[in-house]
Amino acid sequence: MKAKTITFTRIIRTGMVNFVRNLWLAIAAMAIMIITLTIILFSVIVNATFNNTIQQITDKIDVAMFLKDSVTSEQTQQLISQLKALPSVASVQYLTKDQALQQYESQNAGNGQLLQAIDETDNPLPATIHIKPKNLNEINEIRSFIGKPSILALQSNSATDSGDQREAINKITHATNILRRVGVAAVLIFAVISVLIIFNTIQMAIFNRRDELQIMRLLGASTWYIRGPFVVETVIYGIFSAVISVLIINAVFVTASSSLQATSFGLLDISYSQSFFEGHYWILLTIQLALGIFIGAASSVIATRRYLKFKTPKK
Amino acid sequence: MILLDRVTKTYNKSLGPALDRVSLHVEPNEFVIIVGQSGAGKSTLLKLLTREERPTSGKIIVGGIDYDKLRDRDIPLLRRKIGTVFQDFKLLPNRTVFENVAFALEIVGVSSREINNTVPKVLDIVNLKDKEKRMPLELSGGERQRVAIARAIVRQPKVLIADEPTGNLDPKHAWDVIRVLEKINKYGTTVLLTTHNQEIVNKLKRRVVTIEHGQIASDRARSNYSTNSNTTKPIV
Repeated sequence: MKAKTITFTRIIRTGMVNFVRNLWLAIAAMAIMIITLTIILFSVIVNATFNNTIQQITDKIDVAMFLKDSVTSEQTQQLISQLKALPSVASVQYLTKDQALQQYESQNAGNGQLLQAIDETDNPLPATIHIKPKNLNEINEIRSFIGKPSILALQSNSATDSGDQREAINKITHATNILRRVGVAAVLIFAVISVLIIFNTIQMAIFNRRDELQIMRLLGASTWYIRGPFVVETVIYGIFSAVISVLIINAVFVTASSSLQATSFGLLDISYSQSFFEGHYWILLTIQLALGIFIGAASSVIATRRYLKFKTPKK
Repeated sequence: MILLDRVTKTYNKSLGPALDRVSLHVEPNEFVIIVGQSGAGKSTLLKLLTREERPTSGKIIVGGIDYDKLRDRDIPLLRRKIGTVFQDFKLLPNRTVFENVAFALEIVGVSSREINNTVPKVLDIVNLKDKEKRMPLELSGGERQRVAIARAIVRQPKVLIADEPTGNLDPKHAWDVIRVLEKINKYGTTVLLTTHNQEIVNKLKRRVVTIEHGQIASDRARSNYSTNSNTTKPIV
């Protein structure tokens, strides 16, 4: 046990010393790793922002039914419970004529003339039922229910829904899906490049020290005693790269909010991105660290495997 | 201590076997000299013992370890039990004499305190106590080889394999190295030495195994190995 602790400490120390000795190689490998991790982090944030935008728009969508003044409260209650029973309905909100008026007034609080005109007449607004669908795609079921003749008979005007918005949302969803795929492809490509360059770095380091490795082998050093320092070295790459990638994204947001003075950039709601980043700072940093360490360790384990095989082919 | 039973090693079938059904038994604490021309199979024999190569057929047992049952990941453990000295020393040029010897202990997880305690004693055995801070390139060939021997014996192996340790040395330094090997043998280590040096073979009066064309041509205890033998040529 004690010997293992000593060996472990030696492996860590050797890895750190090698990191400093091979600093230029390390910088090359880390540069690629930083780009990879930054792209991954950026994709995660953009994705979260798009999801948020879609969610916000979805929340605003509902179907409004306008009831005739002659509809009794029993009929209304029956209608509401029927609507609630529909599987596609998320919530139903009923506004009486007075409530509808109040809402209208508060929505048009700035328009004095309009309000005055309404005050002078008897309340012209119908009682209204707002129906929120669970899912944008299920809005048709609600539409067809409302379109039944028995239900239509209760309505003063035909129901309105946010069909145009739905189209816009479809477009956004489509665009997001494409962006997501592009993001995944970019991440994969850069991850592969990153691993290859780290491979190359480690193999150069091994080539420089092949005599030493051969001697270690002949003296009976275990595979992990030889491999360990390389793994430590690349794990250090991973840690540095992860921290730097988080700092880069941080810097991007600082620039975006202070100098660009922009809160949104087309569909990309920068203020949400920023709050998402700040709200998940530690989780994101942890994920980046885990990824960086994984990429580093995996590539050095694979890169050293070829050099550490015992040259003892089977009979 | 060392047992080879009808060991054959073929690198390339068209060239015939490098070792052909070699059987050899070495007792504990023996000092065996292996002679033979270049290409006779001496190095192959030693490489089989350190498991740098695998035999094509035959059985090898060293210090109770049956090589047939040895898994790849146990090879490091085997090599820790066998000390090896090479003709080209194989020292790490960027480390001092002390560090080179300490290296053998570091890789098996010996504590720094124990290293600082053991290494000077071993350097004393090979008469290099005053040179522990030198770099290998500042030493003569004989001194370098003694560093390599110190490194090989610092873990107190039961078997020491020395492959042409005097091959690159002048007579005086060659004898320094041989004296050290005899000393180690006297302390209880089995020594296997290959050499071209006729004078060493004659003067040592130890068991001599002659390898010719991959086979054991003669095996004589306390040999008076004669200079008219055509198996080796005196180089020094």
